[in-house]
Parts: sequence; structure tokens; C-alpha cells
Amino acid sequence: MAGQVQALRRRIRTVRSTKKIAKAQELVATSRIAKAQERVAASKPYAEAITEVLTALASNASIDNPLLVPRERVRRAGVLLITSDRGLAGAYNANAIRTAEQLIQRLKADGKDAVLYVVGRKGVGYYRFRNRPIETSWTGFSERPSFSDAKKIGDALLEAFIAGADDTDSHYGPDGIQGVDELHIVSTQFKSLMTQSAEAHFLAPMQVEEREVEAGLRPAYEFEPDADELLDALLPKYLNTRIYAALLSSAASESASRRRAMKSASDNADDLLKRYTREMNSARQAAITQEISEIVGGANALAAAGSDV
Amino acid sequence: MANQLPVKVVAVEERIWSGEAEMVVARTTEGEIGVLPGHSPLLGLLKEPSQVRVKLAGGEQLTYDVSGGFLSIDADGVTVLAESATPATPESH
Repeated sequence: MAGQVQALRRRIRTVRSTKKIAKAQELVATSRIAKAQERVAASKPYAEAITEVLTALASNASIDNPLLVPRERVRRAGVLLITSDRGLAGAYNANAIRTAEQLIQRLKADGKDAVLYVVGRKGVGYYRFRNRPIETSWTGFSERPSFSDAKKIGDALLEAFIAGADDTDSHYGPDGIQGVDELHIVSTQFKSLMTQSAEAHFLAPMQVEEREVEAGLRPAYEFEPDADELLDALLPKYLNTRIYAALLSSAASESASRRRAMKSASDNADDLLKRYTREMNSARQAAITQEISEIVGGANALAAAGSDV
Repeated sequence: MANQLPVKVVAVEERIWSGEAEMVVARTTEGEIGVLPGHSPLLGLLKEPSQVRVKLAGGEQLTYDVSGGFLSIDADGVTVLAESATPATPESH
């Protein structure tokens, strides 16, 4: 009996310290969400402005930029998957990876090879464990992505995309580099504190919407340098902006998932604590009761023996 | 000042500054450009690296070191978009 009480006491101690960790993680994640949301909001003005400018440009420039023209034959498709560096985030990484896997299946069904670009240690670990090749990976910034991170990724993807232009079925083309013919991105959209969803999107070639504005309203822009050159300079920037936005949204989602997971963990720890405490108390009471009855039984036996003599 | 120019300086990670100004001076790949209120719409790529000067009504001037930037002028005013923009250290002109 005493042994059981000991064991329960030990379990209570373990649960209590686990709860402390979960609670701390929950609080940290909560403050991270707020910060991540601020950063999402802070990046909005630029994203909106560059979209506006590109729309104005697209109706003025000839659309033969390599980033805008779909390739006739798509052999290899790059997939950029954004996951987190740390775990304890509920289903966040599982969902992102599952969405990427579905995309890869779909690409395979279309006869395209998928080339993986992975952000975050969890995604890297997943593919490495399964011995599947990763083209390039980036880690260490999933919770606080900066624009220079997005730029690094964007530059690498762009290079692969441009290198893919001259590939043929059997050959890597004159540049000798095997590139990709289209780019996809799998990231987690932060919809609200309760809802985040992993989504796959097309990254390149881009589809620019030519918005039909009434002729009188569209400002007749002058361009410095000319429109085509400007478009060449702006499209890579736009690509980086898209990646940056995806990184930020994923970072916010990661923290939100982690907060939810840690909240249910610490709630669960509370329930366990209550149950174990109750079990421990009743075990202790049982031990005491038994001891008393043993003493009383012993005393009675002695008394009976004494009176008999 | 009857004629003021709404100006926004926006970097990727945050909005740097916005407000009314008298004039914006920037350098595109083609050359220096001074923007006064009522300028015709223009899109320009800024020289790399370059400075953007925003002249305020009181004669004050804000200077930003800009990299990876471009300039958009439309009916709503001037927008300077940059990968990074930092206030320049006070310098003499």
C-alpha cells in the first residue's frame, strides 16, 4: 500500500513539471502569435503596392518574360514546402507535409517529377528519414522569418526555374544544370486563431491578372526604364514577396497550432493531476484504515488472550 | 501649403513613413527625378543603392538609404517601395 502511494506521488510530480513546460510553451506561443500577426500586417502595404504596380505594368509590357510564360512541356516541378523547426505544434507539420504529398502525387499523375525544396527542420527530418532526396533546404528561421530569408529562397528557386528553360527530355540543356519548369509552394494559411489550413499554390510561371479598368480611369504611366525592363526587375521581387508572405503566415500558424496543442496538453495535465491526487489520497486513506484495523485487531487479540488466562 | 504631395515610404517588412511632403527626390536607373504635386503617373526602378529625399513643408528633409527599390507615382501620390529603407545618417548638402 505504501508503495502505491509513493508511485502515485512520483507520477504527480512528473505530470506537474510537464504541465509547467506546456504552460510556458503556451504563453510563449501566445506572444509569438501576436508578434507574427503584427509582422503580417506590417508587410501588407508593400505587398499591396507591388501587386498594384505589377497590374499596371502587365497591361503595358509585352508578356514574354520567362516568369510569365507557361512552359510547353513540364518535366520537373519544384515544390517549396514550409514546415517548422520545432515540434510540439500539434498537427501543423503533419498537415503541411500531407498537403505537399498530395501535390506530389498529383504532379506524378501528370507525368511531372517533383523536386523538393524544404524550409524547417521538421520537413527536412521527414524526408531524410524516408531517404527521399531534398534539392535544397533552409532551417533556423521558421518562427521569425525575415525578408532576407525569403530572398535567399526566392533566388535559389528562381535560379532553378531559369535553368529549367533549356532542359530537354534526355539532356540538361546547354547550361548543364537540371532545373525545374514550374514552381509550387505549400504553406499554412493563417485564417484565424482557431483556423489554419495547409494549402498548395502555384508560384511560377505567374498568372498576372489583367484587370479591366474603364479606359478613362487607368492612369497612363510613364516608365523608367521601359516597361519590359521594369517587369524583368519587378517579377523576381514579387516572387520574393509571395514567399515572404507565405513564411510569415506559416510562422503565425505555427505559433497558433503550438498554442492550441500546449493548451490542451496543460489542460490534460490538470485533469491527470486531479485524478492522481484523488487516487493517492484514497490509497493513503486505505493504508491508514488498514493499519488501524490491524492495530485494533492486534489489541483485541491481546486483550482476549489476557482475559482467557 | 495649398499643394501637398502624399508620400509613402514602404519597405517589405514594414511601412517606414507616410505623410504629406512638398517634393520627393529620387534617382532612377535613368537619372535623378524630382516629384512635385501633380506629377504625371510614373513607374521607375531606383538606382542601386540610392537615396530618396523627402522634402517636408517646413523646410525639413527626410533622407532614406534605399536598396532594391522602385517608385510609383499615381493620382494618389508617391509610393517608394524598397526591399530595405533606413533613415540615412544626417548629411550635409
